[in-house]
Amino acid sequence: MTSALLAVDLGKRYGRKWALSGCTLDIPTGHVVGLVGPNGAGKTTLLHLAVGLLSPSSGSLMVLDEAPASSAEQLGRIGFVAQDTPVFENLSIATHLQMGAALNPKWDEQLAQQRILELGLDPNQRAGRLSGGQRAQLALTLAIAKRPSLLLLDEPVASLDPLARREFLATLMEVVAEHEVSVILSSHLVADLERVCDYVVVLASARVQVNGEIENLLSTHHRLVGSRRNLDNLPESAHVIEVSHTDRQTTAIVSSADPILDPSWSVEEMTLEDLVLAYMGQAEEQRRVLLRSNGGAK
Amino acid sequence: MIEFRLNGNSGVSPYQQIVQQVKSALRLGRLRIGDQLPTVKEVVGKIAINPNTVLKAYRELEHEGLVAARPGIGTFVVNSFDETTYAAQRTLRRSLEVWLEKARRAGLDDESIEALFVDTFLFAPKEVVR
Repeated sequence: MTSALLAVDLGKRYGRKWALSGCTLDIPTGHVVGLVGPNGAGKTTLLHLAVGLLSPSSGSLMVLDEAPASSAEQLGRIGFVAQDTPVFENLSIATHLQMGAALNPKWDEQLAQQRILELGLDPNQRAGRLSGGQRAQLALTLAIAKRPSLLLLDEPVASLDPLARREFLATLMEVVAEHEVSVILSSHLVADLERVCDYVVVLASARVQVNGEIENLLSTHHRLVGSRRNLDNLPESAHVIEVSHTDRQTTAIVSSADPILDPSWSVEEMTLEDLVLAYMGQAEEQRRVLLRSNGGAK
Repeated sequence: MIEFRLNGNSGVSPYQQIVQQVKSALRLGRLRIGDQLPTVKEVVGKIAINPNTVLKAYRELEHEGLVAARPGIGTFVVNSFDETTYAAQRTLRRSLEVWLEKARRAGLDDESIEALFVDTFLFAPKEVVR
């Protein structure tokens, strides 16, 4: 089966700082993937590596089974919308479409025209005069009219108001329903991703903290609440992500392939947001521990 | 045609919400045998959810024998719950409305009304004496 994105120990270094390190991922095609993490976690770096705007400092990366930007054909299979959905401010919408047609062999003019019509945009309008939501929709139109197999979107809705955000994601989902296209979109807000994604990659501190199909992740992660204790008696497959104690109570978030059968725990289901926050919290905790031990060594 | 809505805080997964909304519409006669469900593209274009979520809901409804997919045309209702109750539902709804009016006049707020209804429903005898 084809991988949308296959990374093995992928890393990118700027000077002495690793923006991304030890990134190993195998994302199958056919998903809408949410790439989520705090600002500076490495999301943009990973996307820029995937389109070939950056080259790796270590490890390897294949996108749709080929090295990023290895050929014109490979690039033709990727649609990319960079952060803040850039367009050419002084060019009209019609000129944007002409440019798309001239630069892309598989350009779907009918799809492009149809989308502009549905959005109620005037083709003669300059892109610089569009609202944020309209500009984002224009950038998306250009990316999908080249009929890519994989669409990469960097924080596409971050700067949009809630209505424009909803409309943008609705359009994106229509595209997914209609054409066979895999999508990877990044966001620092889980709420943006919860409805539209079926696969998630959590990035924090330049590393992949967890990734997988959301349904699987939610069925193997649990919040346990019970009287205060240590966590020795969990199933062997269980892995503790977060634990906190009060005088009388212990609360833990664990991943476990086996069900938690111990009746003295009350086992609660988790939302995607709980899960993402738990892994981000774990990464932040590890960062602090590292900082302290480095400080102690001096 | 049915229009789906999504409640983000209900704790019920989106696909289950769609299944429940179809079933509820069938029970209330808002969807009848022969009616078409919106296409996947129409649903995701309205409520911005992953197409696979809609497909999964439709597959479950198909598995339960309530709808059938006709390739290239759409998904249609082929079975329903007891349609003979639709006529009775109209009078029952009217008497519920009268009851609601009385409850409000007696000073019950929405939550008290709901609690009273659910409590009565749970503890009333389940068998009908004919």
